[in-house]
Amino acid sequence: MLRIKNLQAKVAEKQILNGIDLKVTAGEVHAIMGPNGSGKSTLASVLSGREDYEVTGGEIDFQGKNLLDLSPEDRAREGIFMAFQYPVEIPGVSTINFMKTSLNQIREYRGLPTLDAVSFLTLMKEKMKLVEIDQSLLSRALNQGFSGGEKKRNEIFQMAMLEPKLAILDETDSGLDIDALRIVANGVNMLRSKNNAIIVVTHYQRLLDYIVPDFVHVLYKGKIVKSGTKELALELEAKGYDWIKNEVAVA
Amino acid sequence: MSIVTEKKDSTTDIINGFHKLKFGEAKESRERAIGNFSRLGLPTDRSEEYRFTPITKSLVNNFSWSTELTGSTINSIDEFRIPGLDANILVLINGIYSAKLSNIVSPETQVKITRLSEAFQSDKEVLVQFFDKLVNSEADAFAAMNTAFWTDGLLIHIPANTKVVKPLLVLHINDASASQVISHTRLLVSLESGSEVTILEKFDSIGNQSVFHTFSEEFVIKENAQLEYCKIQNDHGKSYQVANTLMHQSTGSKVNTFTLTLDGQLVRNNFGITIDGESCESHFYGLYLMNKNTLADNHTVVDHRKPNSFSNEMYKGIIDDSAKGVFNGKIFVRPYAQKTNAFQSNRNILISESAKVNTKPQLEIWADDVKCSHGCTTGQLDEEAVFYLQSRGISYKTAKAMLLYAFAAEVLEPIKNETVKNFLDQLISQRLHKDF
Repeated sequence: MLRIKNLQAKVAEKQILNGIDLKVTAGEVHAIMGPNGSGKSTLASVLSGREDYEVTGGEIDFQGKNLLDLSPEDRAREGIFMAFQYPVEIPGVSTINFMKTSLNQIREYRGLPTLDAVSFLTLMKEKMKLVEIDQSLLSRALNQGFSGGEKKRNEIFQMAMLEPKLAILDETDSGLDIDALRIVANGVNMLRSKNNAIIVVTHYQRLLDYIVPDFVHVLYKGKIVKSGTKELALELEAKGYDWIKNEVAVA
Repeated sequence: MSIVTEKKDSTTDIINGFHKLKFGEAKESRERAIGNFSRLGLPTDRSEEYRFTPITKSLVNNFSWSTELTGSTINSIDEFRIPGLDANILVLINGIYSAKLSNIVSPETQVKITRLSEAFQSDKEVLVQFFDKLVNSEADAFAAMNTAFWTDGLLIHIPANTKVVKPLLVLHINDASASQVISHTRLLVSLESGSEVTILEKFDSIGNQSVFHTFSEEFVIKENAQLEYCKIQNDHGKSYQVANTLMHQSTGSKVNTFTLTLDGQLVRNNFGITIDGESCESHFYGLYLMNKNTLADNHTVVDHRKPNSFSNEMYKGIIDDSAKGVFNGKIFVRPYAQKTNAFQSNRNILISESAKVNTKPQLEIWADDVKCSHGCTTGQLDEEAVFYLQSRGISYKTAKAMLLYAFAAEVLEPIKNETVKNFLDQLISQRLHKDF
């Protein structure tokens, strides 16, 4: 589904990614871990098409298409979803209206008819249950005055609505208490299927207790320096990142 | 010839024009006003109140100061109405009231509408009390010009404890098909205690020649009266307009104003309200969406003179192309006006590189137990927000339109009349290319 080859990227003249290779197949969950400043969020930003990040080398293939050629909206329309670490607050735009516009522009791109109001509401109600989000929250201005947990739940609600092929969760666990974390993780798990894939970007192992990954990759200095299974995450939790840094230094 | 000489010539031309005219009514106030005008002269770029709005330059370049009225061939007002709005329609064309095109549907027990020239015969007492009492001809050249030259206008009187069920829509139409139009009109509205009314004003022009329109209006709002007021300025590109809108509020009264400026070469709105009573509640909303090389200038003064009143002012602007927005908001809280709550905000979004905004809040607070705040912001569209919407599959164009619309539509919220609100919503949506 996704193949990243030797990806290099910089932001504000600073080289952050120094050759990333990653292959994600449908049905898999990949966790990207690493110490602060290792390039985790940069990788997520590059995948979603954020303008400030300049790709200086390498390639990204998503379902046979060159992802780097696509605008952020076309990436979303092709099936990529990014759950943001810091979802922005947008006054004056309700989540409901926003989702309706979003869903219909995606459907239009895929040659599907737009959803009428009734079908939209039915779909919305069904997805609301999944992330235990209240309709009153969705009628309000997008993320405005939402608590940290509400914002993250809203991200997962949007993910449920758009049913992406590849979802990237960027530090979704940051700022969440344990109950919110469980709700968010449950939502994500219910969306897991053999047809889609998920990349979980996280600093801590905590989230991976709930969203169990098939693969764990450790990013350090803009490169994947170690890959393994979920046990690797537990090892990192127990030993910290220093031993990885030392390994890299020795090599 | 330098602009200074031209300005001087124009001022002289205007004064000479006055002396050629023969006025039937309000001679005294006219004489006083022309005296003020000749003392003040047209404002220069150094006049503090017109620093950012080069109106004199525009006027001397585009108008000859003939005092002759321009005729019009307009015989239908359908295109200027607000679709679906059941209202009293009052029409002024090139500065003259048209009884033929107007349509008053409310009974006289609810509202009495009289041509100003006639009111000087029939309602002399009301006029002596209120006419030219709020408009300040001593300080503003255009207020003086209007008081000296006004050709027609309306006296609108709402008796005590009466609700005017249907709104009043005043259409100011200037027909510049044949030649330039200079028109000066007036409105005097008196709301007796406990009365309620909605007044809308809409400014339109037709034809390819230039239009200069000064407009003065006075609203006297007595105890517990309620006024909903809306000004819609969506005029064409050769229209220059100076409005002086002054209000006086007594105890327990409520005022909501909304000023929407979408077009016109240069629009200057002087808005002033004296809150001269306790427990008053007032909201002043404004929105200017300017493009091409137009200019909208809102100067507002909110004067709290008595304790325990509340006022909230919110003006927003979206400026595109080489257009310009000017906002100047003064709030006075007099020493006696304790427990005043007065808020002001002015927020602007600049869409293009050459768009400009000059904004200046001025608060003068002499009372010590008050809650007042002001804030002004000018910035670009929030690119983070645009990206967020794009990341959900929404095109850049739609994302931008959604955000601008959301920014603008906030000021429509307090408008109570649904037909009017929908009409304004439509104007804003069209301007911001909202197609979602």
